[in-house]
Amino acid sequence: MTRASFGGLLRKETFHILRDRRTLAVVILMPIIQVLLFGFAIRTDVQEVRLAVVDPAPDARTLAVRGRFAASPSYRIVAVLPTASGIDELFQRGAADQAILFAPDFAAALYSTEGARVLIVTDGAAPTTAGSVEAFARSVMLGYQEELRSGPAPPGRGGPGIRVAAHVRHRFNPTLESRYLFVPGLLAFVLTIISALMTAITLSREKETGTLEILLVSPIRPAHIILGKVLPYLALAFLNAVTTLTVGWAVFGVPVRGSLFLLAGECLLFVAVCLALGVLISARMPSQRASMIAVIVGTMLPTAILSGMIFPIDSMPGWLQPVTYIIPARWFIEIVRGILLKGATLETLWDDTLILAGMTVVLLAAGVRSFSARLD
Amino acid sequence: MRIILFLIRKEFLQVFRDRALLFMLIAPPIVQLIIITSAATFDVKRIDVHLIDLDRTPASNRLVDRFQASGRFAVTRTTPSGAVADRNLLSNEVDLVLRIPNGFGEDLARNRQADVQLIFDGTNGPTAGIGQSYSLQVIDRFAENEQARLRPRVTTASAAPAPRLEVRTRMWYNPGREFEDYMAPGILVILITIIGTMITALNIAREKEQGTIEQLNVTPITKGQFITGKLAPFWLLGIVEFAFGLFVAWLIYDIPLEGSLLIVFVGAGLYLVTALALGLVISTVSQTQQQAQFIAFFVLMIYLFISGLFTPVESMPVWAQWIAEANPIKHLIALIRAVLIKGAGVSQVSVELGMLAAFAAITLPLAVRTYSKTAA
Repeated sequence: MTRASFGGLLRKETFHILRDRRTLAVVILMPIIQVLLFGFAIRTDVQEVRLAVVDPAPDARTLAVRGRFAASPSYRIVAVLPTASGIDELFQRGAADQAILFAPDFAAALYSTEGARVLIVTDGAAPTTAGSVEAFARSVMLGYQEELRSGPAPPGRGGPGIRVAAHVRHRFNPTLESRYLFVPGLLAFVLTIISALMTAITLSREKETGTLEILLVSPIRPAHIILGKVLPYLALAFLNAVTTLTVGWAVFGVPVRGSLFLLAGECLLFVAVCLALGVLISARMPSQRASMIAVIVGTMLPTAILSGMIFPIDSMPGWLQPVTYIIPARWFIEIVRGILLKGATLETLWDDTLILAGMTVVLLAAGVRSFSARLD
Repeated sequence: MRIILFLIRKEFLQVFRDRALLFMLIAPPIVQLIIITSAATFDVKRIDVHLIDLDRTPASNRLVDRFQASGRFAVTRTTPSGAVADRNLLSNEVDLVLRIPNGFGEDLARNRQADVQLIFDGTNGPTAGIGQSYSLQVIDRFAENEQARLRPRVTTASAAPAPRLEVRTRMWYNPGREFEDYMAPGILVILITIIGTMITALNIAREKEQGTIEQLNVTPITKGQFITGKLAPFWLLGIVEFAFGLFVAWLIYDIPLEGSLLIVFVGAGLYLVTALALGLVISTVSQTQQQAQFIAFFVLMIYLFISGLFTPVESMPVWAQWIAEANPIKHLIALIRAVLIKGAGVSQVSVELGMLAAFAAITLPLAVRTYSKTAA
């Protein structure tokens, strides 16, 4: 085939894209709006926990603990009650997320062997965050204990006890900002579906209208036809990646610690995987409608849930973790988080990159084969 | 009435004829319901630790043993090199670097005070915070244990117990934090939404593209009949799929069925009217299946992420909470959770039922109005 005929194909497809202004606008604007919307709305970190305090015998000790909670930006004390009887209602009305209950002998028991008793009650109805909220309160309490132990012992109490000071640091993301983690996930999600949808639509439309048959009987090789059709979308989806990341960086302050060049290369690679997925789906599905449904039904929830975008893969049951290996976004999110937050280089990302490259080759080969087979 | 029945028959024939489409509508959703439900958790299963023990004394060994014995931490790497440890954090080999400095054991024995350093991978999201809390507990217990070991050797005067907090935690309403009970109904709702909205959105757009809508327009069919004929088959399909999914979730995950199933189905039925009507509106305002597809995807993403399914609506900013109020899926998920898990009756979920009915009452006439029988 000549260079000219391939160029002609490219031009034709580019015209198709540019002609449908409405779709073009949706495809370009949608990812930007989504990153803005979800970046602001969705947080998985502990935000503002509404705390109810049950303090039957307030004194300097319990006030000190309450002060620790009040001083934390993650907490807001919504009620201070003398007895535990009112907290059930607070929970049911949804006015409180957590309650701490001091034992009446809190201060007196502090130096006893049993220790001063505190009960932390967390609303388990939102199990996704309840674990973090509970852990957070525990940390605050342990912090207070630490403060007491490091201070001078009260008179007549002897020397200070054994103390092990833990210096905790969260590397790469010191404030555990969930947006930094969410933006790469959102990028992967949007790219997966837009790219796969676009190729699936363009190929299955030509199939439905019969123009694909005409192209296939032309002297152009099927692989070139598909490349010619897919390349313009590669550019479009890459543009999406750039705008999404720019919004993440400019609006949400997501750091870019690694190489921009590498990031761009990985984005291109990932877009290629998703386009190849679209090719395969459109090759296998008989109608435009079936391929669109296949893309959405087949990729939307798996990409949202199995990619590590929201739920950590390490937290999933052991049998399920290998299932995530087939989700391209899973590898891409690891790569993007690595580059953005950890400043990772190809030296540590080569395996993920290789997997994505392998997926592209396999999906594309399978897609092209299916298309060529139609002629026989 | 006969006209409507004919239309319904036609839609069913079209769906059942497209075997690939039918397969996509049934198999992937059910498979996803089964697989994805158990993936949605923030539980911290195992924290892989890189140990840098520069001390190598019995005391440091005891601390490491405490970590291992807690069942949550597993020391997978040990090298004294900080650079290697950092590389392991970078490449996700470990989640935590535990660094015990030289002189740890001596400091403990002599000054009764020692330091350890914990470096978490902050890109692990919510699990990093929970991991921090776990590790502080381990270190706290270690300090207490060391105290107990020292006691026989020191005089009683200085052996008074250190201040100690006895922190207990409780999770209310969902004590075992059953993620499946919580997630399965939500995922089911998302799946029937994807199917319902998507397939209707593509429906009229397709008739437009193929020109068959013109043929329908010149028949004496009224707008109402046309819309009913278009919606009823997919409403039925959605309800059947919902029932089947609920059955599967009950069978596999043993989700509780505390309240009345009738309320759940009334809610789902009302909701499906809205989902389908929305799909129709999308298809009438778009000219091609492609446009319908992208707009539907945009709407579905908002449904998915601002529904309270993954992250509680309460932790979103106020404006996002308003968007969530206008999201029918949020109300249906709240209703199903309340009825199935907490055994709520009609009076407790009257708000949700009312909202769902209101949505149906608004969107259906809107769909009828937007659809114009005159050719665009």
